[in-house]
Amino acid sequence: MIADGVEDEEKWLAAGIAGLQQNAFYMHRALDSNNIRDALKYSAQMLSELRTSRLSPHKYYELYMRAFDELRKLEMFFKEETRRGCSIVDLYELVQHAGNILPRLYLLCTVGSVYIKSKEAPAKDVLKDLVEMCRGIQHPVRGLFLRSYLAQVSRDKLPDIGSEYEGDADTVVDAVEFVLQNFTEMNKLWVRMQHQGPAREKEKREKERSELRDLVGKNLHVLSQIEGIDLDMYKETVLPRVLEQVVNCKDEIAQYYLMDCIIQVFPDEYHLQTLDVLLGAFPQLQPTVDIKTVLSRLMERLSNYAASSADVLPEFLQVEAFSKLNNAIGKVIEAQPDMPILGVITLYSSLLTFTLHVHPDRLDYADQVLGACVKKLSGKEKLEDKKATKQIVALLSAPLDKYNDIVTALKLSNYPRVMEYLDSETNKVMATVIIQSIMKNKTRISTADRVEALFELIKGLIKDLDDAFHDEVDEDDFKEEQNSVARLIQLLHSDDPEEMFKIICTVRKHILGGGPKRLPFTVPPLVFSSLKLVRQLQGQEENPFGEEESTTPKKIFQVLNQTVETLSNIPAPELALQLFLQCAEAANDCDLEPVAYEFFTQAYILYEEEISDSRAQVTAIHLIIGTLQRMHVFGVENRDTLTHKATGYSAKLLKKPDQCRAVYACSHLFWVDDQDNVKDGERVLLCLKRALRIANAAQQMSNAARGSAGSVTLFVEILNKYLYFFEKGNPQITVAAIQSLIELITTEMHSDSSTPDPAADAFFASTLRYMEFQKQKGGAIGEKYEPIKV
Amino acid sequence: MNFLIEAFKPACSISIKFSDGKTRKRVPIKRENGQTLLAPLFRNQENIAGKITIEPHQGKRIEHNGVKVELLGQIEMYLDRGNFYDFTSLVRELDVPGDIYERTTYPFEFSMVEMPYETYNGVNVRLRYVLKVTVSRNYGGSIIEYLNFLVHNYSPPPSINTSIKMEVGIEDCLHIEFEYNKSKYHLKDVIIGKIYYFLVKIKIKTMDIEIRRRESTVTGATNHVETETLAKFELMDGAPVRGESIPVRLFLSPYELTPTHRNINNKFSVKYYLNLVLVDEEGLRYFKQQQITIYRLPLQDT
Repeated sequence: MIADGVEDEEKWLAAGIAGLQQNAFYMHRALDSNNIRDALKYSAQMLSELRTSRLSPHKYYELYMRAFDELRKLEMFFKEETRRGCSIVDLYELVQHAGNILPRLYLLCTVGSVYIKSKEAPAKDVLKDLVEMCRGIQHPVRGLFLRSYLAQVSRDKLPDIGSEYEGDADTVVDAVEFVLQNFTEMNKLWVRMQHQGPAREKEKREKERSELRDLVGKNLHVLSQIEGIDLDMYKETVLPRVLEQVVNCKDEIAQYYLMDCIIQVFPDEYHLQTLDVLLGAFPQLQPTVDIKTVLSRLMERLSNYAASSADVLPEFLQVEAFSKLNNAIGKVIEAQPDMPILGVITLYSSLLTFTLHVHPDRLDYADQVLGACVKKLSGKEKLEDKKATKQIVALLSAPLDKYNDIVTALKLSNYPRVMEYLDSETNKVMATVIIQSIMKNKTRISTADRVEALFELIKGLIKDLDDAFHDEVDEDDFKEEQNSVARLIQLLHSDDPEEMFKIICTVRKHILGGGPKRLPFTVPPLVFSSLKLVRQLQGQEENPFGEEESTTPKKIFQVLNQTVETLSNIPAPELALQLFLQCAEAANDCDLEPVAYEFFTQAYILYEEEISDSRAQVTAIHLIIGTLQRMHVFGVENRDTLTHKATGYSAKLLKKPDQCRAVYACSHLFWVDDQDNVKDGERVLLCLKRALRIANAAQQMSNAARGSAGSVTLFVEILNKYLYFFEKGNPQITVAAIQSLIELITTEMHSDSSTPDPAADAFFASTLRYMEFQKQKGGAIGEKYEPIKV
Repeated sequence: MNFLIEAFKPACSISIKFSDGKTRKRVPIKRENGQTLLAPLFRNQENIAGKITIEPHQGKRIEHNGVKVELLGQIEMYLDRGNFYDFTSLVRELDVPGDIYERTTYPFEFSMVEMPYETYNGVNVRLRYVLKVTVSRNYGGSIIEYLNFLVHNYSPPPSINTSIKMEVGIEDCLHIEFEYNKSKYHLKDVIIGKIYYFLVKIKIKTMDIEIRRRESTVTGATNHVETETLAKFELMDGAPVRGESIPVRLFLSPYELTPTHRNINNKFSVKYYLNLVLVDEEGLRYFKQQQITIYRLPLQDT
């Protein structure tokens, strides 16, 4: 049926065109022979094709355009006819003899156009007559096209200022009156379409109406091009009249389209100066009108206008554009209780963009907008609507984009309150946006208050917001998020240690609630940030002002101790251990023996109680040894305790090679180059010998278990240690010991049971080459090496 | 043969010429056979004067009992077997009985002739004026020649010419008010008006205005009424809504109207009506008829 309908329509259109062309042909013949009566007769017949009700607006337009072309020729003819002496007044009457109204009015408009051009009557009188007579067409589509024809032929003949049709004073009023009246009538017809025909065709009708809307809107365009409309006239006449029509038509489609039209066609400065009136219309629109889009466009235009030149800014201030817009939005929201929250947010978002552009210095405005937004959101659940949350993100991002500076945004007290209405997902997105903004702009956030505010904002990333069910979080995303938080923590800095300490405490307060999954990401940056502060303080006199309260490394270390401790509870013992050792080293540099000792103790406890994985143990023990080796703050007793423990741990490692390596590493604990009190050659040798024993045992175990001795790598490694201490002048390391070790290795390498190991061979070879090289170098070292035979 | 034809031809030719025939205005008149010819136009109480020329053929002698010219005002009722009623009958004797040998010209004059009625050509009735020249003969029958002429009578513009304004409607369905600017229009007038819609519940498709002529004739005791629609003029296309006001501007000049005739010689009347017709989408017609008076202003003779 529907397909048939379309086909039928094509047929009707074809028939209409055929009829039109045929009569146009006769009309042309009559025109050629100057037979005015026939010309009128055939042109009326031709125009009768436009009387059809069967075509959709789209197809009707096609027919109309053909008729339009023909009417242009007829108009030319009328023009020539009057030049030949035919009275235009008679002609004006003559065309009105046509019995059918539609052809009659098309002809009347055509002659009317010539009439105005002839200037035999004032343009305003002719226009007034035409626009009045057109009332005879009450059929929406036909009426719209007829009046659109009238608008078309008259637009260059309006008695505008500076136009040749300008009559006595104030005729521009007549021009305006004419266009307004035509506009009003067209809009009425257009709106009426909605209510005619069966209800089931509503959708089709709305489609047809939208096809026709530009015919109506064109009048506004014509109005906007009338030169004579100055601001006063726009304010006093044009705008109120147009708005009256828009409001009174009570039609959703029309109101939306026309409000948008008004905003688009008239100049920005007019909008600015008539904001009251314009905005006053919005709350009166139908509750279903998509006001948010229209208002947003208005604000967008005004923003662009403000951006166009600094000269116009005072105007904005003068008319109090912001408060007017703000009020209007409030009223609109009130007037449309059914407006979805998305609409509300979009409105505020646009307003915020507007105020950021126009009044970048007025943070209070921005805050006011956010406040209003909060007010609207309050009493509602967290937002479920995806679009709405997206819009909130846009709303919240706007100040960041504008100021490039989170510090400014942090001054907006309502900012975090808006964020509260986001679901945790979006909250995270927003937090990420904020962090990215900070990182992009390398913003310095240097007071604890701001840090507090900032962390309040990004708490979506800092801790789990709702303990309720939450979806599986993608592991990579989570890491990405937490890494960005970590980077953020690194960025927080204040030159004032006092403040910096406060910042650290603030951050700490926030991140500690982050739960086991977040702490490993967030604690390390905090620790390092604290240590940085420690080092900064270290350079200064302690407590330069003698104030009790002032920040001291001690205090910081206390905090650190507690902080790192949390990691051991998660449990993340390896990480905690590393951090403890870092702290210990820092304490060492600050000459705080007890503190350093405490940290070591913590590390040892962790090692003993928490680190059970053998591989982790190996890593940990090497870290411990490395750190301990560099500690200079410890007294003999403490040092002994710690080294003793470390050596003990080393010997208790599971795998022999690990044991061996740990033990020979321990040798360094007894011989520190730049510490004269730590040069215990004997214990070094003991360690190395013990290492050798273990290496031997490892060799035998391997022999027993696999039938082949292991590699000699361990021996070569130990040899290197020997050489190191030999060079350093450890008296216990003798040439003979080295010599025998070399022999041992050589023997082992050539024994039948040994497994060939090219890496070990190469290692050994290069060690020997090194010794050769040292010999040849001569000098003290050369002499030392001389006795060794390779 | 030639002789025979000669025998049946009238013995003479009679021509009637008005004395101001060259300057007098002539207007087209429709004849029964549908042709139009131009006929001279007179007004009431004009002098009708001219010359009648009788020219015997080929020197024949015409013996007659007298020559006269009559001015007749006749009403012809088609429904009454074409009977004529002469409401005016004037006679001028032009010649005493005798013979006419040669071309003879008789001047004649009817002065201040009472011609109160206009020439009218209707559906059932015709009113005409004619000059009738009779050459009476005893044998061979009288020789008669007619000449039609027209009479138009002018009216001064009416001193009282109120507008026609009326509210009509069907309860809860349709309620309109129409207004025509006058009740009396001259022949080249233009009807200006508007139709205001107070209430429209029906789906109107079009609105037309018609000019209707009602011709009523009296034949004996019977009354006959014939109504013709002379003009059908579309005023509105589509369905109006409450509050719409539709303009009316109807030029009367294209239509063949006559003045309103009231009770002409107790024989007939011609009245005009404006009929406002609304047609709804189902084709139902709603109408309201209003009588108007049409009159003739001077110099509106075509």
